[in-house]
Amino acid sequence: MFREYDVIVVGAGHAGCEAAHAAATMGSRVLLITMNMQTIAQMSCNPAMGGVAKGQIVREVDALGGMSGIISDKTMIQFRMLNRSKGPAMWSPRCQSDRVRFAEEWRLALEQNLNVDFWQEMVSGLLVEEGKAVGVVTQLGIEIRAKAVVLTNGTFLNGLIHIGEKQFGGGRTAERAATGITEQLVRLGFEAGRMKTGTPPRVDARSLDFSKMEEQKGDEQPGKFSYLDTPVLAEQRSCWITYTNEEVHSILRTGFDKSPMFAGRIKGLGPRYCPSVEDKINRFADKDRHQIFVEPEGWNTVEVYVNGFSTSLPEDVQYEALRRIPGFENVRMFRPGYAIEYDFFPPTQLKSTLETKLVDNLFFAGQINGTTGYEEAACQGLMAGINAHNNAHEKAPFVLHRSEAYIGVLVDDLINKGTEEPYRMFTSRAEYRTLLRQDNADLRLTEKAYALGLASQERYDRVVRKKEQTAELVGLLKKHKVAPEEVNPSLENQQSAQLREKTTLYHLLKRPELDMPKLRELSPSVAEALASFTDEIQEQAEINVKYEDYMERERLQVEKLERLENLSINPGFDYEKLTALSKESRQKLSRIRPETLGQASRISGVSPSDISILMVHLGR
Amino acid sequence: MAQNQTICALATPPGVGAIGVIRVSGPETFPIVQKLFRGKNLAEQPGHTIHFGTIRDEHNEIVDEVLVSVFKAPHSYTKEDSVEISCHASGFIIQKILRLLLKNGCRMAQNGEYTQRAFLNGQLDLAQAEAVADLIASDSEASHRAAIHQIRGGFSKDIAQLREQLIHFASMIELELDFGEEDVEFADRDQLRRLITEICLALRPLIDSFELGNVLKEGVPVAIVGPPNAGKSTLLNALLNEEKAIVTDIAGTTRDVIEDVLILDGIKFRILDTAGIRETSDKVEAIGVERSLAAMEKADIILKLSSADVADPAFETLFAERMGSSDRVISIRTKADLPENEGVGADLILSAATGEGIDALRDALVTRARGQRTGDTVVTNLRHYEHLTATDAALERALRGLDSGITQDWLAMDIRQALHHLGEITGQITTDDLLEVIFSKFCIGK
Repeated sequence: MFREYDVIVVGAGHAGCEAAHAAATMGSRVLLITMNMQTIAQMSCNPAMGGVAKGQIVREVDALGGMSGIISDKTMIQFRMLNRSKGPAMWSPRCQSDRVRFAEEWRLALEQNLNVDFWQEMVSGLLVEEGKAVGVVTQLGIEIRAKAVVLTNGTFLNGLIHIGEKQFGGGRTAERAATGITEQLVRLGFEAGRMKTGTPPRVDARSLDFSKMEEQKGDEQPGKFSYLDTPVLAEQRSCWITYTNEEVHSILRTGFDKSPMFAGRIKGLGPRYCPSVEDKINRFADKDRHQIFVEPEGWNTVEVYVNGFSTSLPEDVQYEALRRIPGFENVRMFRPGYAIEYDFFPPTQLKSTLETKLVDNLFFAGQINGTTGYEEAACQGLMAGINAHNNAHEKAPFVLHRSEAYIGVLVDDLINKGTEEPYRMFTSRAEYRTLLRQDNADLRLTEKAYALGLASQERYDRVVRKKEQTAELVGLLKKHKVAPEEVNPSLENQQSAQLREKTTLYHLLKRPELDMPKLRELSPSVAEALASFTDEIQEQAEINVKYEDYMERERLQVEKLERLENLSINPGFDYEKLTALSKESRQKLSRIRPETLGQASRISGVSPSDISILMVHLGR
Repeated sequence: MAQNQTICALATPPGVGAIGVIRVSGPETFPIVQKLFRGKNLAEQPGHTIHFGTIRDEHNEIVDEVLVSVFKAPHSYTKEDSVEISCHASGFIIQKILRLLLKNGCRMAQNGEYTQRAFLNGQLDLAQAEAVADLIASDSEASHRAAIHQIRGGFSKDIAQLREQLIHFASMIELELDFGEEDVEFADRDQLRRLITEICLALRPLIDSFELGNVLKEGVPVAIVGPPNAGKSTLLNALLNEEKAIVTDIAGTTRDVIEDVLILDGIKFRILDTAGIRETSDKVEAIGVERSLAAMEKADIILKLSSADVADPAFETLFAERMGSSDRVISIRTKADLPENEGVGADLILSAATGEGIDALRDALVTRARGQRTGDTVVTNLRHYEHLTATDAALERALRGLDSGITQDWLAMDIRQALHHLGEITGQITTDDLLEVIFSKFCIGK
C-alpha cells in the first residue's frame, strides 16, 4: 500500500509542516502522518505569529525557504512591529492571524507540493533495526518504511488535560492523545519527562463591551514577514486591552483548593514566562491587577481569545471571575481554559542536527524537545526536515551557529543545556543579538539555503540585489557632500547642529537625531540622489552606517569565541579520568559529549574552571 | 599531564637555612616515603600529624633525623596524599633524600606543579591559583600580604559584589528588551546612570591598585639624582651596606643606571642609581644622562642630592625643568661633615661617610611608600588587571551611550561585555542567570 519514503514526518503542526515542506522541496519523497487531517497547522494556543525574538525566528525560517512567513502574511488580520523605539536589533514583527485561514493556507501549500503524501492515522511505534529508524507502525498495524523519521508529536504524547478536579486524556481539547511512542522510546533507552502548558478560555465577542477596554490597533504602515512579494494588509482588526482586579483575584482564589496545579495533580513543569492567571496571583500577590489582551480569532468569527487568562481552575470559577473583568460583565464562554501535561524527551539526547544520539535517522522537533511556541517549533521542524533529507541522501549535516541565527542559539541551547521548563526564545539568549536582526535574516541565511536547494532562485537573486544596492548606497552616502548653505535651514528645523563646512551624508547619518527620512528632507538634491533606492535598501544602509562601530565590536567578539568553538574534543575522550572536574560536570560531559570546547562551555553545570582544566588536558 | 604520578621537590629555598622541607604529593606518597623512613607506619597515621624518625639510604645508613608531616587526601593543599619531610638544610642531605625519593618512584615536580594540581583538583579557583604563583614569587612582606589576601578570596569577594549589582542592572535592561510588551515598570535612566557610575567608582581603585600591586611585587622605584660627585653612589652603598656601585672621585664615573633591591620594614625598594645629570659634550656620557633623566621620571620617590662643594646651577635648572616641584622628591643635603653644608634648607641632611642621617632617610622612604597604599584589595595579576580595565571601558561606553540616547540593544551589548570581562575573573554569568533574576522579580507573561 505504501512505497518506501525518504522521510516520514509524524505530526502536522508547525514543526511537522515545515519539516515535510523542507524535505519535499529539497527533493525527498515525504509522507506526512497526522491523526486528523482537519487540524493540519492548527494554532493550539493564541492566534498570533511572531513577537520579540519569535518574529526574528519567523524571518529566519522565511530566509531559509520555510513557509511560516508566507502563510502568516497571507492570513494575518493585524500587523505590528514591536520594540520600534529600542534599536534595530529589537524590532520584532508580530501579527494576529485568522486561525482557520492559517491552517487552510498551510494545507494548500503542502497539497501543492507533489513530493508530499498524506496519511491520517495514529502512529503507535517506530520500526528500529540495528539502532536505526527505518519507518513507523500505525495503530492499524501498517508498517511504512522510510530512510528517516521526524517525530513532531507536540502535546499529544500521553497528553492529559486538566480542568479543575477533572482530567482526561487528550492532545488538545476535543482531540485524543497519542500513546505507545513514549513507552517504546523509553524501552530503547531514551529518558522521558513531563511538561505542562495551558490555555485561556475562548469567549463570544458579541457578549463583550469593548467600550470599556483600550483599543490596540495595528501599525499604520503594516509590515510583513516574508522577504518575497507577499501581500501587505489593507485593513486590519484591532486587539483590546483590559485588566483583572482584586475582585477577579478573590474569586479565582476560591478555586485554589480545586486547582490541579496547587493540589499537585500536575507533575510537569510549566513555563514561568507564560504563567496561568492563578499562578500570577499566587506568586505576585502584591500586584493588584494583571493585563488581559483580547485577541480576535479571525476576520469573520466572533470567537475571541482571552490572552493573559490561562487557567486550569474549575470552569464555573473561570466564568465567575471573567465576569468581573471590565467589558466582560455579560460574557458568554465558548470553551473553558485548561492545562495540559505531555511527554517530552530532554533534548540533550540530540545531536546538533536534531537527530537522536541513540537511534540513527530519527529526528525530533517541536514540543517533543521541551520547547514552547509556534515559531520555536517551526524552525526546529525546518532544521529537522533539512537534516532528515540530507541524512536520507547521505549529504553533510546542516547546522547554524549561535552567531548566525536565533535558530542556531535555540538548537545549541537545547542540545547542551536541555531545559527544565518549556523553552521559549528570548533575545537575551543570543549573545550576538545585534547581528541577528529581523532586517538581515535573508543576508545571513538565504545563500546557505539556496546552496541546500531549499531557497528558490528568486530568493537568492533578491539577496544578491539587496547586498549590491546597499553597498552602492553606502558608497554614495560616503561620497555625497552637502554644503552648509544647502542644508543648514533644514538642520535647524530638525534641531541638529549647523554645518560649517561641506560634509558627507555619511557623517550626517551618524548623528543620533537624524535618519534616512530626515536626510531626504535636507534638500531636493539629496532627495533626488536617494530616490532610486527602495525603503528596504535605505533602512539597511542606515543601520550599517549608524551602528558600524558597534557591529564591528560584536564581530570581534564572535571571532574570539570562534577560537574556542574550533577546539574540537576527541569523541572518545574519557571525562571520568579527569577527577579534577566536578562530578556533575564529568557526568554531563560524558552524557552530552560536546563536539568542541565552545560547546562544552555552554553545558549547564560546567564551570569556567572546568573549561580551563579541559584546556590544560587538551594541551592548550 | 600525568596526574597519577607522585612528585617531590624541595619546598624551601635552596641555600643556607636551619631546616629544609621536601614535599611529596601523589597517590604513591605513603608507600614511597615509607621505604626510606624508619618510624611509624605513615599511611596509618591520621592526617595533619607530625612524626619523628630517620631517613635511611639503600645500605640502611642514617641520612638524617627528620620530622614528617602527614596530609591525607583530600585534606591537603593538592587534595592528594602528601607529606612534608623537614630535614636539616644541608645541600648534601637534601640532595640525598631527593635522590632516594626519585629512586623509589617519585618524579621531580615541575615549576608550579603543586599549585597546578591544587587548581586541577578544585582546591583553588583560577584567581586563587594565580595569587599562589604570585606568593611564591613574592619576597617582601607587603607583596606577601597582597597575595595572601587574594588567596583568602578577598579579591573575588570584592568582584562578586560588583557583579551582583551589574547582574541586576543587566537584567533590568533585558527586561525592557524582551518584555517591552508586558505590563511591567522599568528602571529609570538616572538610576541606571548612577549605578554604572557607582560601579566604575568601585572598579577604579582596584584598577589603580594594580600599579601599587605591581610596585609591591616589583619594588618601589627610587631614583637617586644629583650633580656629579654629589655623593650618589656613596649614599647607595650606605643604604645597601655593600659596594655595588663604582665609587670614585672622578666626576662622571657612574654611567649606567644601577639597580639594587632594599627591603625596609617589609617593603621592597628598587634603588636606581643614576649617572650624574649635567650638560655634557661627551656622547657616551650624554646617553647616561638621558637614561638617568628617564629613570628619574619613572621613579615613585626621587632622592635629590646636593652639596655646596659641587653646586651646579645647570643641574638645578635641568631638574626644575623636568620635575618642577613634584611631591615625589625628597631633597637631601649630602656631606653633612663639610662645614659649608651647614644651615642649608633641605628635607634631610646626611653624611654617608659618618652615617649621620641614614636612619632618618630609611624612615622617610618607608613613610613615603606606605603613604601610597590605598584600599585593602590589591590587584597584582596582569590578566585580572586587563579584564578589569576592559570592564571599565565597556561601562564607560555604556555611560556614553546613555548620554547620547543610544537604543537599548547596543547599550545592553556594552553591559554584557562588562559582565563577560568580570566573569573572566569570577566565573561567567549566563543569560539564564539574567532570566532567572527577571522571572523571580517580575510577573511576566500573558
